[in-house]
Amino acid sequence: MINADLNRRDFLQKATTATVAVATGVVLYQTGGTANAATRADATKRWGLLIDTNGCDAGCDACVGACKDENGWEGSGNPTTDPSWIRKVNLKDKRTGATKSLPVMCQHCENPPCVDVCPTTASFKRPDGIVLVDRHACIGCRYCIMACPYGARSFVHEPTKNQKPHMPRGMGTVESCTLCTHRIDEGRLPACVEACSTKGNAVMTFGDLNDKNSDISTQLAKHVTQRLRDDLGLEPGVLYGGL
Amino acid sequence: MSKATSFSTIKGDGPNYITLLVGLGTLILMGLGAAYYMEHNGHHVTGMNNQIVWGVPHVFAIFLIVAASGALNVASIASVFGRTEYKPLARMSGLLALTLLAGGLTVLLLDLGRPDRLIIAMTMYNFKSIFAWNIILYSGFFVIVGLYLWTMMQRSMVKYTKMAGLAAFIWRLVLTSGTGSIFGFLVARQGYDATIMAPMFIIMSFSFGLAVFLLVVMSTCNGTGRELGDETLYRLKNLLGVFVAAVMYFVTVKHLGNLYAAEHSGVEQFILFKGGIITTLFWGGQILVGGILPLILLYGSGTGKSRSAIATAAVLVILGGFAQIYVIIIGGQAYPLEIFPGYDVTGGAFFDGKVGEYTPTLAEFLLGFGGVGVTFMLTAVALKFLPFFPDSLASGEESSD
Repeated sequence: MINADLNRRDFLQKATTATVAVATGVVLYQTGGTANAATRADATKRWGLLIDTNGCDAGCDACVGACKDENGWEGSGNPTTDPSWIRKVNLKDKRTGATKSLPVMCQHCENPPCVDVCPTTASFKRPDGIVLVDRHACIGCRYCIMACPYGARSFVHEPTKNQKPHMPRGMGTVESCTLCTHRIDEGRLPACVEACSTKGNAVMTFGDLNDKNSDISTQLAKHVTQRLRDDLGLEPGVLYGGL
Repeated sequence: MSKATSFSTIKGDGPNYITLLVGLGTLILMGLGAAYYMEHNGHHVTGMNNQIVWGVPHVFAIFLIVAASGALNVASIASVFGRTEYKPLARMSGLLALTLLAGGLTVLLLDLGRPDRLIIAMTMYNFKSIFAWNIILYSGFFVIVGLYLWTMMQRSMVKYTKMAGLAAFIWRLVLTSGTGSIFGFLVARQGYDATIMAPMFIIMSFSFGLAVFLLVVMSTCNGTGRELGDETLYRLKNLLGVFVAAVMYFVTVKHLGNLYAAEHSGVEQFILFKGGIITTLFWGGQILVGGILPLILLYGSGTGKSRSAIATAAVLVILGGFAQIYVIIIGGQAYPLEIFPGYDVTGGAFFDGKVGEYTPTLAEFLLGFGGVGVTFMLTAVALKFLPFFPDSLASGEESSD
């Protein structure tokens, strides 16, 4: 009887220890992913980008190169399956023949369809409006790619190489522009914006759309701008001037 | 005079049965091998890419899932609508619904970028996602149809059959609406974004599911020497004809509606006239093979009572169904996103403004056929161990319970 009691007590102690250990692991795992990213974000801010297409040169892709270097998503030469976080698109007005060039990346929508359709909540929006993929929770179903009206997301088709410590990537998951959250959270500019101002024509402005006195808000108050596929009511955080 | 239907397991010890199991097992192994190959190397070894992210595996998966819901039709007609002449086939109808769904979900799961994260899909739900709703609907389908079968097969539970049948009937209507809405809710793409997708998928499920069911019943009778009466067969084939015509009606309404709206004329031109293989599959596969020819075979004066013609019609409905789902899934993605209305795209690094290219690979087909193997392996094994199939389907045989 005594032995049985001791065994039972022993068992309960071990079971409690194991439960606490597992629970701690689960909590740590969760806070290390989405929760951590969300708590760093400032809910009073709404980060946005303004792109002046009047000055964007069709021959310049400084923003694309900077993003690849910063985030380590250089492709392997297979254009159909290589990742694309940001791309340059050249346009011609059907009626007038006027040409335009502009970068297209995740538009960081206020009402993002990728977040709506994601079955596992891996696609999520930070309190400051940045739309991200939690690569620990992405199952690689690609429904978000189907739902994005901007072709802003890509699927990692091949084993990854040259990963950056601040931007882990994984084969079999979906990824897209993070607006360089790792830089923003340190008070720096996204890599594309910085490259555009130093190597390009300085047509990209980054800032807080909620701050009336920010550079981006001041410019938006002066000029007519457009959101891509504004008819869909997604309220993107990326705005284009001169389009 | 009708008498009680008796059910029994199939013997399942002859060379034909063993050959069938070996063949299906081979299909499953090849499917698993293809999945391993894709997961190990990454999806770049498939024909899928960043423009066509859902390919042939999804065509197989959606076909099987849609057919699963439709296969339950015969049981519903018996239990919900009280048509006793369908009762002898109700158990088989429920079984096939479960096995088709299992096959479809196997393909869907194994095509994921990270199938090892199934536990995440089962535990982290975004209730705003129609995809997440489908996970719940599919899981619930297994439970409800399982219970439904129990009420049919356990004598003491028979009093609950009607109730369980009604629940299963409602559930499967919601389920197929959910499957159609996976596409219908995609506002971003011109080829989707149509609420008619939900009812169209329901009627597609009736047609594809019954075609598969008809073939399984015919081949089971053939393989086991059980009688399949003309009356039963003609009843099923007439029903199939009605469903085939109904699918064509929905397809016509969908495309006419799109043609009427100028904003959708581009995608309609693409699907109906300029889409290359998509256009060929639409007219040749979906309309001719999957619609017109089966209708001629099912109702033609020379063919309507021929068993081989009826079986051929069912095969054509299935082939046309695959074509239809291919056109919906691949065609809808291949047509470029309309990101810049009013502009021509003259250059873009991500195939902006260009029709998506897709050449499916062997691995994708093997994975798809692996799912088919799972469906029929489960069916064949279940028939051996539980009495799903009636001893006779001769005319005049009806269930009294």
